[in-house]
Amino acid sequence: MNFKLKVWRQKDRKAKGELVEYNARNVSPNTSFLEMLDVVNEGLVAQGKEPIAFDSDCREGICGTCSLTINGEAHGPDHPGAACEVYMRRFKDGETIVVEPFRAKPFPLIKDLVVDRSALDRIVQAGGFIAARAGSAPEANSTPVPKHEADLAMEAAACIGCGACAAACPNASAMLFTAAKVSHLSFLPQGQPERTRRVLKMVTAMDAEGFGNCTNTYECEAVCPASISASLIAKLNREYAVASLRRSGGE
Amino acid sequence: MIGSLDARIPSGPLADKWTRHKDHARLVAPNNRRKFEIIVVGSGLAGGSAAATLGELGYNVKCFCYQDSPRRAHSIAAQGGINAAKNYQNDGDSVFRLFYDTIKGGDFRAREANVYRLAEVSNLIIDQCVEQGVPFAREYGGLLANRSFGGAQVSRTFYARGQTGQQLLLGAYQALCRQIAAGTVEMFPQTEMLDLVLVDGHAKGTITRNLVTGKIEAYAGDAVVLATGGYGNVFYLSTNARGCNVTATYRAYKKGALFANPCFTQIHPTCIPVSGANQSKLTLMSESLRNDGRVWVPKKPGDKRPPNQIPEDERDYYLERKYPSFGNLAPRDISSRAAKEVCDEGRGVGDSGRGVYLDFADAIARLGENTIRERYGNLFHIYEKITGENAYQRPMRIYPAVHYTMGGLWVDYNLMSNVPGLHVIGEANFSDHGANRLGASALMQGLADGYFVLPYTLPVYLAPQIGKRPSIDRPEFRKAESEVRSRTEKLLAINGKRSVDSFHRELGLLLWDKCGMARNARGLREALAWIPEMREHFWREVRVPGDGEEFNQSLERAGRVADFLEFGELMCIDALMRDESCGGHFREEHQTPDGEARRDDDNFADVFAWEYQGNGSVAAPKLHREPLNFETVQLTQRSYK
Repeated sequence: MNFKLKVWRQKDRKAKGELVEYNARNVSPNTSFLEMLDVVNEGLVAQGKEPIAFDSDCREGICGTCSLTINGEAHGPDHPGAACEVYMRRFKDGETIVVEPFRAKPFPLIKDLVVDRSALDRIVQAGGFIAARAGSAPEANSTPVPKHEADLAMEAAACIGCGACAAACPNASAMLFTAAKVSHLSFLPQGQPERTRRVLKMVTAMDAEGFGNCTNTYECEAVCPASISASLIAKLNREYAVASLRRSGGE
Repeated sequence: MIGSLDARIPSGPLADKWTRHKDHARLVAPNNRRKFEIIVVGSGLAGGSAAATLGELGYNVKCFCYQDSPRRAHSIAAQGGINAAKNYQNDGDSVFRLFYDTIKGGDFRAREANVYRLAEVSNLIIDQCVEQGVPFAREYGGLLANRSFGGAQVSRTFYARGQTGQQLLLGAYQALCRQIAAGTVEMFPQTEMLDLVLVDGHAKGTITRNLVTGKIEAYAGDAVVLATGGYGNVFYLSTNARGCNVTATYRAYKKGALFANPCFTQIHPTCIPVSGANQSKLTLMSESLRNDGRVWVPKKPGDKRPPNQIPEDERDYYLERKYPSFGNLAPRDISSRAAKEVCDEGRGVGDSGRGVYLDFADAIARLGENTIRERYGNLFHIYEKITGENAYQRPMRIYPAVHYTMGGLWVDYNLMSNVPGLHVIGEANFSDHGANRLGASALMQGLADGYFVLPYTLPVYLAPQIGKRPSIDRPEFRKAESEVRSRTEKLLAINGKRSVDSFHRELGLLLWDKCGMARNARGLREALAWIPEMREHFWREVRVPGDGEEFNQSLERAGRVADFLEFGELMCIDALMRDESCGGHFREEHQTPDGEARRDDDNFADVFAWEYQGNGSVAAPKLHREPLNFETVQLTQRSYK
């Protein structure tokens, strides 16, 4: 298969970026999208040119490092899945493919297709944890957790922290990301003691990072590689409202 | 100079060693802990849990990782589960049995005392993780569920779907985030350790490169903890993440830390087969699938019929046939070799002929597709993404791939290397898995080291070190920093014609061929002749575009591949000198009549720990041997029949 690529190139945050055209020739349909970029890069190096900078690590859809917008879609056409799980068989021979970074104001660009997503870490640092000091835990089976609730917690906890939700959202909202962590911990009995404080702090941190608000466009759910349900955003709103009431009630 | 290797194993009966050690180990008082700076390199299960726990205790921790967030460390990709001796299934499990299975699984090449301690703290890990909010699988009654893994006849593996590593890592990451917010841990993401700094023979700092700005910096600490994972990427194609590398441990080796058993690498039996020349990595299909999947190949060589047209009596369920008591759950080294054997006989499946079937038809008929989906849905999904095939309808094709490395820096019972102050935890050390790791034991070891071992053993070193942290203005730091800088400049100045990856691929193919699932003296000697030449070509012909003071992924990779090109040689030397077969180290010269690994306990029941003295024609590494004293278990021919 042959493809024409239009790839976003930008030397650093301050430089002006532009789409640059490259050709990818004789690509096997069983090549992954990132491997196709590897081959293009090998060609660039051979010509003495700078390869395209892009992020990836595990290349099996779990680490959340890869962050490409392919033909306008965060993580490309093969949902649910990360960009590293997209294979060239998903494209038409001869197609022109536009590759851009995740674009959201709280994700400043580092180089070409690589962005800084440390804002997501700071949201978790604000309260996305259970304060369980090593050595202090009770016996694991001493608190049974109904299977249904454990399953719901697992579904929310599956978030890979890639930031596609914010990149796909017209408001650059990180509500799905924050909702997933708040929900994961509030579904579990161990997460109850810090429930009020957690949601208030995480939402405050999310706003401080400059992420926008949710206006129910559901783009986040559509591109989420971990199939996190947008209904968790409603849960986040509920958790936040209840926590605010409790807080104003003096709790 | 290194004297005899003292593992500092406490005296007394095996079951009491750890308790006695803890009872008498030195402590650092709470008001003194904040006077210490601990450098932790790596943020996976071992590094993340260690950094968080040391922060909770009140030490000042600086934690470094090359990823853009500590949550992306490669522990995240572990699928199947974590072992613990809870005996929740009432099926006869115990601390001793987990210890014994692990020692036997490692083909009697691990230290008894370390492994017993691992089994002992395994239960605490489950308690800890549940309390952190790790959503382990549960039964309808709300209690924790278990499944079986290879090399055991009890169900002791705890799991969170096929994403156990992810959930355990997020637990450690969240604990780490809490400490970052509390100010006890300072996190340095996208920062790679490029050298270790020794002051008066003690590990007292690191030299790092900021991967975003290219800035090279020195950090001083009272102790250094390496938790930088394994070196499986020396083979180029492996199940490791692209960035996994040997640099931190190899640099420490060059500064005097001993590298133990580097040839002990684990080839995992169930990975998606290689499909093309441009492939950049291999993807694991969790061993847990062997709970319900049956492994088979056609009986006839060259049988190209689609799997559903091969009748039952023309299939060879070779694991069930050869190992009736463990069947499809035979340990990894044995299952991998068995797969290689049937493919060598021409009975492999798929276009390349390097593959075997993992078939779920029986399990789906027995349990229904929904149950299978619930247990392994995400794995079937990954499989379909990569191969375009639906494994609910046709058997998966799998083949062994490099997955884990049992070898690593040598450590004593306190997890300290022979370099005082340098501690090594998780996959980066060598201590617990012998010559073959059992499934679901890597997660157990990483978290054991970080949550429950290092926090007790680190004070043994630290207590007398109060006030001894050097300033980074010392000449040792300046010298190491300028060496790192000139190496970077040298790489950028070569300006040859070949890409970094082309060298990495070439090295990987050579090692897979000569030092992979089967090894022999002739092949290893060939590899040892070729690697120094490859290295020379690299330093003459590689092209690293861009410059050092910027985000430069080619430069990052070049530095890592340069280290692999030296490390590969050490691995082959170790494989050549270990003139026996054991676990994953299968020397073709040493096998039983039915093709199993034949150990030589009289000559090789010890750890090989290598001291750097130079490479290639310059000098060979010096071998130190630590005898393994088995006080409790009897060495037997490992049998899973």
